[in-house]
Amino acid sequence: MYATNEYADIEQKILNEERLTREDGIRLFKCHDIAWLGNMADIVRKKKCGDIVYYNVNCHVNLTNICTSHCKFCAFGKDKDSKGAYAFSVEEAINVVRDAKKDPNLAGLHVVSGLHPDWSFEDYLERLQALHNEFPELYLKGFTGVEITHFSKISGLSIEEVLKKLKAAGLQAIAGGGAEILSDRVRTELCPKKATADEWIEVARTAHKLGIKTNASMLYGHIETIEERVDHLIKLRNLQDETGGLQTFICFPFLPKNTELGQNVRQTSMWDDLRTMAISRLMLDNIKNIKAYWVMLTVPVAQIALGFGANDIDGTVHKETILHDAGATSPTALSEDYIIKIIRDAGRIPAACDCNFNILRRFD
Amino acid sequence: MTEEEIKKARAKAEQGERLSLQDALALYEDNDLLFLASCARKMKEKKSGKNVFYNVNRHINLTNICTSGCPLCAFQCEEGDKRGYVMETEDVARVLEDAKKVRNLGEIHIVSALHPTKDFDYYLNVVRQVKAALPDVDIKAFTPVEVVHFSQMTGKSVKEVLKILKEAGLSSLPGGGAEILNDRVRKEICPKKATTAQWIETIKAAHELGIRTNCSIMYGHIETIEERLQHLFTLRDIQDETGGFQAFIAFPFHPANTQLSHLKRVGSWEDMKMIAMSRLILDNIDHVKAFWIMLTTPLAQLALGFGADDLDGTIGEEKIIHEAGAKTGTGTTRERLRKLITEAGMIPVERDTFYNPIKEAE
Ligand code: SF4
Ligand code: SF4
Repeated sequence: MYATNEYADIEQKILNEERLTREDGIRLFKCHDIAWLGNMADIVRKKKCGDIVYYNVNCHVNLTNICTSHCKFCAFGKDKDSKGAYAFSVEEAINVVRDAKKDPNLAGLHVVSGLHPDWSFEDYLERLQALHNEFPELYLKGFTGVEITHFSKISGLSIEEVLKKLKAAGLQAIAGGGAEILSDRVRTELCPKKATADEWIEVARTAHKLGIKTNASMLYGHIETIEERVDHLIKLRNLQDETGGLQTFICFPFLPKNTELGQNVRQTSMWDDLRTMAISRLMLDNIKNIKAYWVMLTVPVAQIALGFGANDIDGTVHKETILHDAGATSPTALSEDYIIKIIRDAGRIPAACDCNFNILRRFD
Repeated sequence: MTEEEIKKARAKAEQGERLSLQDALALYEDNDLLFLASCARKMKEKKSGKNVFYNVNRHINLTNICTSGCPLCAFQCEEGDKRGYVMETEDVARVLEDAKKVRNLGEIHIVSALHPTKDFDYYLNVVRQVKAALPDVDIKAFTPVEVVHFSQMTGKSVKEVLKILKEAGLSSLPGGGAEILNDRVRKEICPKKATTAQWIETIKAAHELGIRTNCSIMYGHIETIEERLQHLFTLRDIQDETGGFQAFIAFPFHPANTQLSHLKRVGSWEDMKMIAMSRLILDNIDHVKAFWIMLTTPLAQLALGFGADDLDGTIGEEKIIHEAGAKTGTGTTRERLRKLITEAGMIPVERDTFYNPIKEAE
């Protein structure tokens, strides 16, 4: 028994591998014993995922930062005539990757972009196809539920048709972003113009039906309530019960700097980041992997997160612009050796994987 | 380590029983960070309940010119170096004028390099000067390394030196300079300063005179894990004998700008592991301090969940660590520290040097 009496019932459930309820989740957010929370999440992690910690060596390609959506928490999206706005041509996109390919271990691409006012679905598709043709050996993960909803709207095609075309162009997995908080109250306030909660879920559901795996995420630490965080996790858990197609869950703390919302919101503490990680591990009993995304969390938090339920640390990301515009202070890329060391120091086994969690190399 | 040994050590940690070096090595190897944290947190609650202490203090580093030239040090320089400085009476007076304006200032903390020409009287006069300016403020000053240096300069025993300092107004000693109490290690990281035996002798002399002290470790350089853990047991043995340690502080080694800059700063995992393991091993020391200026505030806050019960102070000037590339700000406010503590679900308690709560702080 590790818990104080107050939480003994939840501890029992966790040790018996019983599902936690919404009320349990809300209570866990009130728990101040972070060591206990972490310990519980770590016990679950050990059972579900063993000692391997995944990372990947990938390159982020953000095709354009011009975006019509103007989400209040976004520091990346710009208007067409703003300073620093860009939109890659096919060649420019290829050049970014060619540069990143100097790293012989580069295994894949992560492609996410703004919703460009003038680009058609074909414009995105053309770039994806070109990247795939030029670098067939690199795995391709990309496009969030938000972008895919947008493609469907601008092309008149159904979500399913859009996904089929993306898959045919080489897409192997869908990125987890854009979920934010799956609550229409929150979305109306922060990102009214982009995919609704239902639309985001529909994209994931359709992708799973087509055999495309997706990731899921949560952007927390802005205007959402604790209840909304828990409800968000439960929505993802329900979806996963239905389809089983979610591979990993990523917690994104909101980085207020350079965003419209930033004036009124303070950045989350490490304490909040770690308890949110642990509670996500505990609530999402049917999602195998939990990612500690070091680019946003910073390296020290990400390393400790490995004790709070995480078994994935993302990668040695090249060219991350979205978050660094939002004032992320972490370096823009970590060397693979360093990532291996961070994982090893935490007593775990580093394994490089592709976007579908196939292990490429492991370091026992 | 056999599985049996690890199991035994885990059971002891869980029960809060006294650990042996073997147990500590087993727990270290087991590397179950959150398990350690859970046990350490329990021990913390036994010792100080939900209280977390902090104080309002000011640091004074009198000089950075040092005869010791320790390879681990980023603070010191040689005489004649343009970075060198020495605070004279007027400079100290200026800091004290400023300190007088601080509400409820509890402590002045003075540590400095071993200056080649400043004699013992210089240091002694600073103590007198502080005492005269701030009679109600506790003076925590001079590590055993400095006290040994004073003893060598004056030819007086460390005990005599301490007595004189006490008479002048010194109330306690900080715990620095312990590094790793192992002469193999000291030969490499700080060959010229107080040896293991001298450090221990000074501490014991202080405790005998009724001068309370802290103690510390500087980890993450060239020491082996066994040396690191053994150091904690050395401190525990001293405490069994004297009972004079108030708090323990774990300093991660910051390699930047030192002669050991080829080494890498250990990660956050190791930092938290040290906090939890120290809390468990040092079962006879009341307080474990998470020194936010060295750990960064987020890690110091997290440490409160891993067994620490003290966040140190609001600190005016801290030169030593910033030379070594610590990326934290040089001061913080009472409000900020209190908020960090309440956010962690604990009760902030403003304290004096001796951990007496200061009432009117709330
Ligand atoms: S979050 Fe995405 S959709 Fe919203 S403004 Fe930023 S880039 Fe555009
Ligand atoms: S650690 Fe202390 S004694 Fe050693 S060089 Fe630095 S200031 Fe001098």
